[in-house]
Amino acid sequence: MSTTAVAPTTGVNYLNAQYGIRSWLLTTDHKRIALLYLGSVTFFFLIGGAAAVLMRLHLIEPQGALLEPATYNKMFSMHGIIMVFFFLIPSIPAVMGNFLVPMMVGARDLAFPRLNLLSWYVYIVGGLFTLYAVVAGGVDTGWTFYTPLSTTYANGNVMAAALGVFITGFSSILTGLNFVVTIHKMRAPGLTWFRLPLFLWAIYATSIIMILGTPVLAITLLLVALERTFHVGIFDPALGGDPILFQHLFWFYSHPAVYIMILPSMGVVSELVTCFSRKRIFGYSFVAFSSVAIAVISFLVWGHHMFVSGQSVYAGLVFSALSFAVAIPSAIKVFNWTATLYKGSVSYQAPMLYALGFIGLFTMGGLTGLFLASLATDIHLHDTYFVIAHFHYIMVGGALMGYLGGLHFWWPKMTGRLYPDGWARFSALVIFIGFNLTFFPQYILGYLGMPRRYAVYPEEFQVLNVMSSAGASILAVGYLIPLVYFIWSIRYGPPAGPNPWGAKGLEWETPSPPPTENFEEVPVVEEEAYAYGEKEAHVV
Amino acid sequence: MAAHVVAKKTYFTVFATLIGLTALTTYVATIDLGPLNIVVALLIAMCKASLVVLFFMHLRWSSRLMHVVGVAALFWLAILLALTLSDYRTRPWTPAGKPWGTSNIQFNR
Repeated sequence: MSTTAVAPTTGVNYLNAQYGIRSWLLTTDHKRIALLYLGSVTFFFLIGGAAAVLMRLHLIEPQGALLEPATYNKMFSMHGIIMVFFFLIPSIPAVMGNFLVPMMVGARDLAFPRLNLLSWYVYIVGGLFTLYAVVAGGVDTGWTFYTPLSTTYANGNVMAAALGVFITGFSSILTGLNFVVTIHKMRAPGLTWFRLPLFLWAIYATSIIMILGTPVLAITLLLVALERTFHVGIFDPALGGDPILFQHLFWFYSHPAVYIMILPSMGVVSELVTCFSRKRIFGYSFVAFSSVAIAVISFLVWGHHMFVSGQSVYAGLVFSALSFAVAIPSAIKVFNWTATLYKGSVSYQAPMLYALGFIGLFTMGGLTGLFLASLATDIHLHDTYFVIAHFHYIMVGGALMGYLGGLHFWWPKMTGRLYPDGWARFSALVIFIGFNLTFFPQYILGYLGMPRRYAVYPEEFQVLNVMSSAGASILAVGYLIPLVYFIWSIRYGPPAGPNPWGAKGLEWETPSPPPTENFEEVPVVEEEAYAYGEKEAHVV
Repeated sequence: MAAHVVAKKTYFTVFATLIGLTALTTYVATIDLGPLNIVVALLIAMCKASLVVLFFMHLRWSSRLMHVVGVAALFWLAILLALTLSDYRTRPWTPAGKPWGTSNIQFNR
């Protein structure tokens, strides 16, 4: 793809260039910050996952097997808040984005390295506030903090949790800003916009959403705090406010936030599908611009969360039509990935299994989203388990599969070690089966009318609930297996070499793990992305 | 790219203008202009925000790309306001439901 410096032979890389906890906590190296994020988001994933396990165990029996109803409310709130704001949103951007954006553009670091480190500290402070809210007794508002529950009735820990989310939002903004500036200003010579890897287009679109959307969430949570503390009438009708205004402001951010989660995964899948098909992506510019289109349209559809809230029917019509529009760029991506597979030299290594899992699960999640975007069917399905199944297919089946696929793909680059491929394929399969067993029954439960967020349910729903809980335990095992072999591989894994997958892209032209400065000399790019099947890179 | 150097005098003038506009907002708040109360307050606030963005944030001396970024941010705000108002402005269009038993709908029995 390009000309780069000869790999250093000294064996000094970003991991062993410096030692000691101080060298990690004060680092401005984007790769080390990526690993700090990797550790942090994994920690929060385990906490959010534990809450999910408790919920599913509780729902084995119609009357609830484990928790008090009030505790159950706190469990699903904690699960949602932690998984959305502290795992899914930072997962791919902050871990893989931090690690890969500078390497993929051929730069030595992000545009603002110290701002990057600050973003991690801001994230941690936000996380501590939220953990305090959990330890102090939890919150029962759900992750959506809907008014008037959050402003008037819920207990005092709402403020700590909301403040945690408020603070973490700034981490997101700083990360997005860093990526936008880096992609604009620090591309290597010859790396034009249309030679960028599609992961970067996806990260760019994600960053735009982070920068434009997150401040609205921040100001909304601030307004909740103002109303709770000083009784300023914003959302409370008794004070002259409107509770539906909260939903408008909240979803203006939180619907695009779904695309903060899924767009980076789509970027990862574009990389995986091309690499393991040994083919150029089908319709590069369509896939690239569909990321931007998704980012733009994502800001126009938030009202589909509010069809039965008391929102005007006419506004509902507009939001419904606009919501259908977002299916178009999403479908473009799915069709183009599928077309890329066509007549490709497809190999089924672990990252590819995750990518294929993503395509299938995301398609199901996306199509059921259209049911919910239709005004009439949403009346029936609103706030049922159908919604839970739909967004878990997007956010877990989609975003999380992409995250794991990416982690498996770039793990050898990050650590310089290979993990056992057999175990990795096995875990991909376990996760796929466990996921479907967990969430497919929830589509049926929702269609049959079981509401979300209830701690008890009628006896006729028990079989499907037990299936779902059984699936959740399989899913949990599926997530723990990679945790074990990744940790194992750091010490015992065989050395990976610079490019174990034979992949294209600047990040594969450095040693694994890369040296602190990534490239000894600035690389010069002379080819388009994904020039698979071409002759070997021409070295000047 | 070298940063544009702005004379201190400009900064102080802008600062004084901002203070002046704040005083104006306070003064206008004591006069009842009817429905124009909020319009005037928002207009003054917009002027102040523009001064901050143009001079303190250097947008006036920035590249065209930065101007696009500034306009895009305003456009995004317009989306938020327009689609939210599409709800509030059309709510009265929906006819109120009739009480039970007075519906005109006939059911075939």
